[in-house]
Amino acid sequence: MLQRIWTLFLMRNKEFYRDKGSLIWNMLFPFIIIVSFNVIFNDDKNLYKVGVVDTINDGTRTQDHKPVFFLETKFIDFVSFRSIEEGLDKLKHHRIDFLIRPASKQYWVNTPSPKGYIVEKLLAASFTNKQSCFEKQLIIGEKVSYTEWLFPGILAMNTMFSALFGVGYVIVRYRKNGVLKRLSVAPTKTYEFLIAQILSRMFIILLTTIIVYFGCVMLYGFKCNGSLLNLLVVFSLGLFSLISLGLLISARSSSEEFAGGILNLISLPMMFLSEVWFSLEGANPWVIYFSKILPLAHLVDASRKIMNDGAGLSEIKYHITALVIMSLLFLTIGSFLFRWQKT
Amino acid sequence: MKRPILELKNIIKEFAEVRAVDGIDLSIESGICFGLLGPNGAGKTTLFEVIEGTLTPTSGEILYKGKPRKRRFKEEVGVQFQHTEFPHFLTVKETLISFRNLYKHKADLDYLIEACYLQDLLDRDNRKISGGQKQRLLLAIALANDPDLIFLDEPTTGLDPQSRRHLWEIVKQIKSKNKTVILTTHYMDEAQTLCDKIAIMDLGKFIAEGSPKELLLTNNKTNFIVLEGDIDKDILIKLPWPWKKLRDKIEIYTNNVNDCIKILLEMGIDLSGISARTQNLEDLFIKLTGKELRA
Repeated sequence: MLQRIWTLFLMRNKEFYRDKGSLIWNMLFPFIIIVSFNVIFNDDKNLYKVGVVDTINDGTRTQDHKPVFFLETKFIDFVSFRSIEEGLDKLKHHRIDFLIRPASKQYWVNTPSPKGYIVEKLLAASFTNKQSCFEKQLIIGEKVSYTEWLFPGILAMNTMFSALFGVGYVIVRYRKNGVLKRLSVAPTKTYEFLIAQILSRMFIILLTTIIVYFGCVMLYGFKCNGSLLNLLVVFSLGLFSLISLGLLISARSSSEEFAGGILNLISLPMMFLSEVWFSLEGANPWVIYFSKILPLAHLVDASRKIMNDGAGLSEIKYHITALVIMSLLFLTIGSFLFRWQKT
Repeated sequence: MKRPILELKNIIKEFAEVRAVDGIDLSIESGICFGLLGPNGAGKTTLFEVIEGTLTPTSGEILYKGKPRKRRFKEEVGVQFQHTEFPHFLTVKETLISFRNLYKHKADLDYLIEACYLQDLLDRDNRKISGGQKQRLLLAIALANDPDLIFLDEPTTGLDPQSRRHLWEIVKQIKSKNKTVILTTHYMDEAQTLCDKIAIMDLGKFIAEGSPKELLLTNNKTNFIVLEGDIDKDILIKLPWPWKKLRDKIEIYTNNVNDCIKILLEMGIDLSGISARTQNLEDLFIKLTGKELRA
């Protein structure tokens, strides 16, 4: 049994790494995305983002005490928040440069942030009597740039495409051109074949992800605030879940066109609804609810919490549980539906 | 009679709207080459796949070495399908080794390479070999576990005459090692050259079965007299045997050549372009199935 699994594992690995186009694309794609976004989002150096908490302690909105002159300053993007915690979280991760709460005459600024310093000066200058009467509150946070925030999402997205298309499409091709039929007349059991496909794909994708990760770390100085081992665990689980989904999709079809359509139908919404590119804050509740059943959403959120916030496994146990349940579900149904031959 | 290696008992395979295999009984003794002939759509490949285990029969029983097929069956049989591709980006040698590694009992690698004439192809990409070379690789894979029973589904279809003869030589070598070969083919010369026994199949049933010689003997010893040139049809109508016009010649089917020639001479027909031949498998096939072999 082990020899057969090992043989199929090697067979699939050779197929992958000798396909130079696919190999290069798998490595190059996330680099291109990271480089592009680094260029695009470095152009907003002159744009300041100021968070305004427009509620008082009991949560009711207030229009009083607003520093009118300051709030009319050009080239500042004022973002409204309903709670101080929400604003502080964004400030800590440098999603905003400055946070002000007019009702309590308080403001917060990241001391290491040059933008925060400039905005602070602008606030002081907006008071003609030189007495701003706003009380400064300090927070010290690790700066998380947009590209650094984006990075785990890009890695996860690349993983998703490699897992879904690399497994789903290849198995459908195997079935279409008779490779599966040929394997079925050898003493190969279904579980042996599926295990070999999962292991091969996991090995390849993890290896390319690790190369991409350290490449970006060297190029851009990204760092993982949490444990790299935890990150590996989360990526392995997410990958297992996505590969299982790929197996489920390819369990019966022998049409590459049909499988391609289904894979696109699943992968594109999953990419957009998993907060790879943007947050779903403010989206319809059903969209947020729907995103909870997407393995990529759990992988993205869990890996961001580890990389950006330094979270441990216990803090992301919800995501781990979800990924384990999804993996088992996809794999069980996929194995049950799997057919060696065209139906 | 040797012990049968394979026995089929009333095998039926039905699909949604068609009964592809309709009550087949068959017993194949070990060490022979059994040929399954039939026009396209006769049910040959379906029957093959039912026996190999890739399709489940609707009903009936299949015995391998006197017992129902179990895991041992897959370990001991070799299969060459009509249309199979290989995993991409592997060399011929890697492909052969990979499939060989799927079995517990393995044929000697050097023997496989030599027997199937793969020596010069070993480092070639398996996608960049000719049709004949691909068939030889598929045959080597089918032999990778040193099987007792080998299924070859139209192994020479689409090959040039030289490649076909190349493959025949390999099959003869396999036979010489006392292996049992079951093959389907569209070529009567192939069946006559390789097969000890044949069955002609049509519409899911066997319509004739036996050795090529037996089949020809038991299905009417018809001879063919061929007349070339422009012959008046009104005269031929008086002949007591069936005949038909084929382009610029006339073919007369008779079981008495002497009488036929005598009558033709009496009719004053010019026999300078006459030729005669006995019925072959192809004639028998057309007679039994009413279809051209390559239809």
